[in-house]
Amino acid sequence: MNETLQATVKKICEENGNDRTKMINIVKSVQKKIGCVNNESIDSIAKQVNAPRVDVEGVVSFYAFLSKESKGKIVIRLCNDVVDKIKGVDKVAEAFCDELGIKMGDTTSDDTFTLEYTPCIGMCDQAPAALINDTVVTDLSPDKIKKLISDLKEQNDPSKISFPKGDGNNAHELVNSMVNNNILKKGEVIFSDFESGASLKKALSMKPEEVIGVIKTSSLRGRGGAGFPTGLKWEFTRAAKGDRKIVMCNADEGEPGTFKDRVILTERYDLLFEGMAIAGYAIGSDAGIIYLRGEYLYLKNFLESMIGKAKENGFLGKKILGLEGFDFDIRIQMGAGAYICGEESALISSCEGLRGDPKTRPPFPAQKGYKNCPTTVNNVETFCCVSKILDIGAEKFVQIGTKGSTGTKVLSISGDCKKPGIYEFPFGVTLEELLGDAGAEDVQAVLVGGPSGQFIASDGFKRKICFTDLATGGSIVIFNKQRNMLEIADEYMAFFEEESCGYCTPCRVGNVLLKKCLERIIDGKGEPKDLDYLNELGESIKLTSRCGLGQTSPNPVLTTIKNFRSQYESIIKEKKDGMQPGFDIKKAINEAENLTGRKSVIF
Amino acid sequence: MEQKAITFTIDGVEIKGSPGQTIMQAADEAGVYIPRLCYLKDLTPHGSCRICTVMVNGRSQAACTQPITEGMVVENNTDALDEHRRNIVDMLFVEGNHYCMFCEKSGNCELQAMAYRLGICAPKYPYLFPQSNVDASHPDILIDRNRCILCGRCVIASRDVDGKNVFEFVGRGPEKRIAVNAEAKLSDTDIDVTDKAAQVCPVGAIIKKRVGFAVPIGERLYDKEPIGSDIESKKNK
Repeated sequence: MNETLQATVKKICEENGNDRTKMINIVKSVQKKIGCVNNESIDSIAKQVNAPRVDVEGVVSFYAFLSKESKGKIVIRLCNDVVDKIKGVDKVAEAFCDELGIKMGDTTSDDTFTLEYTPCIGMCDQAPAALINDTVVTDLSPDKIKKLISDLKEQNDPSKISFPKGDGNNAHELVNSMVNNNILKKGEVIFSDFESGASLKKALSMKPEEVIGVIKTSSLRGRGGAGFPTGLKWEFTRAAKGDRKIVMCNADEGEPGTFKDRVILTERYDLLFEGMAIAGYAIGSDAGIIYLRGEYLYLKNFLESMIGKAKENGFLGKKILGLEGFDFDIRIQMGAGAYICGEESALISSCEGLRGDPKTRPPFPAQKGYKNCPTTVNNVETFCCVSKILDIGAEKFVQIGTKGSTGTKVLSISGDCKKPGIYEFPFGVTLEELLGDAGAEDVQAVLVGGPSGQFIASDGFKRKICFTDLATGGSIVIFNKQRNMLEIADEYMAFFEEESCGYCTPCRVGNVLLKKCLERIIDGKGEPKDLDYLNELGESIKLTSRCGLGQTSPNPVLTTIKNFRSQYESIIKEKKDGMQPGFDIKKAINEAENLTGRKSVIF
Repeated sequence: MEQKAITFTIDGVEIKGSPGQTIMQAADEAGVYIPRLCYLKDLTPHGSCRICTVMVNGRSQAACTQPITEGMVVENNTDALDEHRRNIVDMLFVEGNHYCMFCEKSGNCELQAMAYRLGICAPKYPYLFPQSNVDASHPDILIDRNRCILCGRCVIASRDVDGKNVFEFVGRGPEKRIAVNAEAKLSDTDIDVTDKAAQVCPVGAIIKKRVGFAVPIGERLYDKEPIGSDIESKKNK
């Protein structure tokens, strides 16, 4: 046994109070310190926190940013989301490979660089983008790679390379990032003027039940995508039995094409903190947790510093705004690269230091959530809406948007358009309007709600963004007429296959099968009956899956078949002789031919 | 204190259960069989196989984890649900490497028996032929991951009944598999052949050594009656 390694691991575990529920922090720290979480570290961690070693291994093997195998000192994670592909990430990948002399997924022989792909990192408006260790680089192009690599070699630390700073707080010394906000349309709720503390003061002058009443009157619904009424969720959590209650903020936006929470966190953290404190007051909680996706680590120090400032101002901490008996503090829990952790019960599992598996429901988080405490989990934007509702009043809030969908929605628009970025519209905006604002021309399809949402064709461009028509967590991806919808659906299925937690059968296996059939069709070996096969398989996955991931993951296939059927039919043609090429016989016997050293006499 | 019974229906038939019961528990007591693979009486339900999916007031739910409520309307034995169940069983077959004809669990295997009960002759999906490991290191127990359906019974039994944590899942998505509480081998864990975890596997993934093929064909668990008959026989009495 390596004694220095053991001492390092021991120290990290002790810093985390040898607490098993801090497992994500422990393994992330070990990974940062020694470049991986190998078998020896797993043994040491298990011993130190008194957990079965297989449980530690289960956690390490679940999250994409953790690895048992050693990686280079500098890990370049190039985002290969569909939008990045549109923006030329393949050529950028080639340039990286050429410059480093390695293939994607490999590490240089001197153990300096590892090059790999990662799914959407929330930078679609400035794609292609990459994460280099914890540093985000955006707007990549093949001609920039040579200099980037030489800078990295020189500095030996990605955070030290120089680049132009982004707009707004991205230029703040604690963010220090080249990321841009690209706020292109400010609405009446999130990006309008706001006086810090005013909402909280109003809330604290009411009874907690009255605050919940205001939120119910505002008809606020969750902004993460599912649209559950926020007031009701709070009422359940307040009413649930439990000594301690928890306010949790879901800042794990992982839906491909979504990046609005990144911008809200950067610019409107004040609204968020205040909304969380108001939630704490309303449900009777003193503890808030922000679950921040691993990709947004570059915002952590900044946010923690702003939490500190809020405490100085009396908006967080003990005796908030002087109110005896109301304490509320916020801490940040980092994620480690798992889309599924955006699902509220999986998010709770992850906060508890477990594999990011969704939990069995019931009980729901409002009854038994984080460490069995009644927990309300709300989206970043939802908390911000809460602050604004208290500020302007529920009556004014319901005037914005439509009857069933009050307020505004912040949309992340990217893909084939001239002006990708952040747009805050009142609910009820049509696709046509937002396409016009984003400068999109020659549009074939709009993906509303990311791949778990639906692909809309031009006959649906008069449809509205709202809970009763096109509901979305905020991802809008535009595709022009040059794009092949089948290939796009296939890319998104690869994402779901990779990001399924694997807990339940239909999602774990079904998505693989959907993708296999789609690949065969794209390869020109499809049969007319394949469309029924895909529809039936997709319906089984949706109906029987355990959580929202599997209940929506077949959508890229199902909604392209529904709205772009002609593209499928154009390559699935019944042959005149009735013989369908289900597979490539020449390819199938190739290995046998090589082994025997002779060619088939029949084929 | 006597708790009031809860009345609900499954496929139109009135069922009485007690508060706190799941649909599965109440149905089992009433002699109504809901097909299942990961669920095993007396173990915490895992809710992962999804075979027991039923419609509850029009919405799909897993019967093994869904509590009963007064007046709920459950659909179980319908053509549509059986089609979904067949699809899930098919998925489990193609996801692993299942060779019933020479598997020693044949005739006693719940996956095989479920396929027969649902009328499956051959899976409709393409085989995925995964590369899986066999662990024969332990003197009395063998793990064949080719046949594992990731039901979690061994994990739960070892944790909750044996108090040992011998098994846990590692990996994610299609890479998910069962692992043991040692760097590699089952023989390095403290599992014993008499442990609950060694008894509960529904398929031939965790089997006892030296007892294979002990029961002749014709006498095996599911040779005479389909899986679920024991539960359904309660109703006929």
